[in-house]
Amino acid sequence: MPTITIREALNQALREELARDEKVFLMGEEVAQYDGAYKVTKGLLHEFGPKRVIDTPITELGFAGLGVGAAMAGLRPIVEFMTFNFSILATDQIINSAAKMLYMSGGQFNIPIVFRGPGGSAFQVSSQHSQAIESWYAYFPGIKVVMPSTPADAKGLLKSAIRDNDPVVFIEQERMYGNKGEVPDDPDFTIPLGVADVKREGTDVTIVARSLMVPVALKAADQLQQQGVSCEVIDPRTIRPLDIDTIIESVKKTNRVVVAEESHPVCGVGAEITAEIMERAFDYLDAPVKRVSGADVPMPYAKNLEDLAIPDVNRIVAAVREVAYLD
Amino acid sequence: MSKQTAAPPSAAKAEEQQSSTGVMDVPPDVDPKLLKQERDEAKERQKDRLRGLSRDQSIELYRQMILIRRFEEKSAEAYVAGKIGGFCHLYIGQEAVGVGTISAIKKDDYVLASYREHGLALAKGMTARSIMAELFGKATGCSKGKGGSMHMFDKSLGFLGGHAIVGGQIPLATGTAFATKYQGTDQVTLCYFGEAAVNQGAFHESLNMAQLWKLPCIYICENNQYGMGTSLARAMSLSDISKKACAYEMAAEFVDGMDVLAVREATVRAVERARKDYLPTLLEIRTYRFMGHSMSDPGNYRTRAEIEKYQERDPVKLFSATLLEEKIVDQKTLDDIDHKVREEVEDAVRFADESPLPDASELYTDIYASPIEPGRK
Repeated sequence: MPTITIREALNQALREELARDEKVFLMGEEVAQYDGAYKVTKGLLHEFGPKRVIDTPITELGFAGLGVGAAMAGLRPIVEFMTFNFSILATDQIINSAAKMLYMSGGQFNIPIVFRGPGGSAFQVSSQHSQAIESWYAYFPGIKVVMPSTPADAKGLLKSAIRDNDPVVFIEQERMYGNKGEVPDDPDFTIPLGVADVKREGTDVTIVARSLMVPVALKAADQLQQQGVSCEVIDPRTIRPLDIDTIIESVKKTNRVVVAEESHPVCGVGAEITAEIMERAFDYLDAPVKRVSGADVPMPYAKNLEDLAIPDVNRIVAAVREVAYLD
Repeated sequence: MSKQTAAPPSAAKAEEQQSSTGVMDVPPDVDPKLLKQERDEAKERQKDRLRGLSRDQSIELYRQMILIRRFEEKSAEAYVAGKIGGFCHLYIGQEAVGVGTISAIKKDDYVLASYREHGLALAKGMTARSIMAELFGKATGCSKGKGGSMHMFDKSLGFLGGHAIVGGQIPLATGTAFATKYQGTDQVTLCYFGEAAVNQGAFHESLNMAQLWKLPCIYICENNQYGMGTSLARAMSLSDISKKACAYEMAAEFVDGMDVLAVREATVRAVERARKDYLPTLLEIRTYRFMGHSMSDPGNYRTRAEIEKYQERDPVKLFSATLLEEKIVDQKTLDDIDHKVREEVEDAVRFADESPLPDASELYTDIYASPIEPGRK
């Protein structure tokens, strides 16, 4: 299997799906002539032309809604947000139109659309350009939310998202575009939505991590192994619907859980996972579930403060030792 | 005044209610003679426009307008009787806009509307039964009882909602126009919104893209002059809405929305631009709602005199008078139509009443087209 970056894996997924289905088109700011602000869409304009790969004005609410309307009329749009920070302008169309159309039309209008782009923390861009907002979208029934953490997951999940018949919010981690990994080059390779992946097997503590926190949790698990603690790392990959069964299975085995996330703790996905574990596996727990979240502050600019705001290996190691009652 | 122009008991009742809840009762600010003159002039203009229409076409326009009027009167009754819940925005006074515009398009063209869409749904060919049943929250409603007054849909008839965030349907309609052009069909999209939606960013973002990319969308601003209780003058720095098209180099027209034929003619021109050259148009259609913003609106922000002034220009009365004076129809024909329409609406109410509520299991259907079951591997 070739080793490629997440950026290249996403590019392959887009290319293959554009080639596979004429109804698929891609639109967003700088996706065409500029080759994408993060080069995820590199070469696609050249290959598929301006009908299929469309530069939009800076008009997020407008083009998100245009995409939903195009989906109502039979197309399968991929709408890129240059970053998910800008999707905040488009939330009315994502939530009030895309998520609810099938229900309020009594099942007549499904919306096969993908809203994708980078999200989560970026490098020193302060508060408005560096934040994880997946819990906003995961809150709403009618949307699926996907957050890949490896190149293979990125490709397989994006292809599934494009083929899916519902609105999918697909959040790529901005710091992770350059991360490398093996990716199958089979054009039929996909990964189903809604299925968690056990990234590392272990017996003592379960770490549930997504997106940026997956590689951090894996590093923490390496360190903890040397300290005699065996960690199981689970990546839900799809946040809504959440594959809670895989998490519960692991909890029943390890009886101890840490949930790691870069987002704010309040009303977050980690809070939801924690509540689910409490409701479904309370009797299996040997310690309270521990969350490791991003600091509950707007993201600062200064490098030292930014580092403090994002969970790191040390914090995850400390949390695991805490639930294992080692300190 | 012809027989069918007399206010029906239900409308009279509704007016009484408005008065008791605070419509200001002040003398008309316009001389009655001037009002009559204005109405007569409008009639003369309408008579000129009638020449391009066959008798059957004219009768059908009248039938649709009176159907909407009677349907909405019945909706108001049913609302007061507690049969309809939530919000209920009536179309009374605006019938000429819906009927005139939709008479200018084909069956497979798309219509997207705001929450004031019962009349537009009827004009697009949806049955009174399916709409009334939806208002009653019944399983036989056009959205299976899940959408209600503000979310009517019929995919088979190209009626794409019923959207309840002010201006939210405008980008959606821009998207259906995008899709039809992408697919190479000659379909056009009609997008309806009130004048208050023009202040939303969604309007400006959409018009910019539509003209930039040449999308076959006709933006129909139903300017009824009030955004809920806020008059246009209190809400818009440039109240000449059709002029806003200049900002996007888009074609625009200002249309008398009380004249169904003026509306139809302007729409025909816009549809031609859209079909032939994929060009969008902004139509500002000046109209007036005779009822409150919704059924719960006390209406104390406008004067009785103002309402009466516009009732003089009632689009249904105007058109029936034109048809009679031009001898296109006689009184008996109009009476027969009115009778049939009343029966159709009564039948819709009976149907809605007798229809079952949605099954409790419907609560959890239609959330995802491809649901992911827990535990799937």
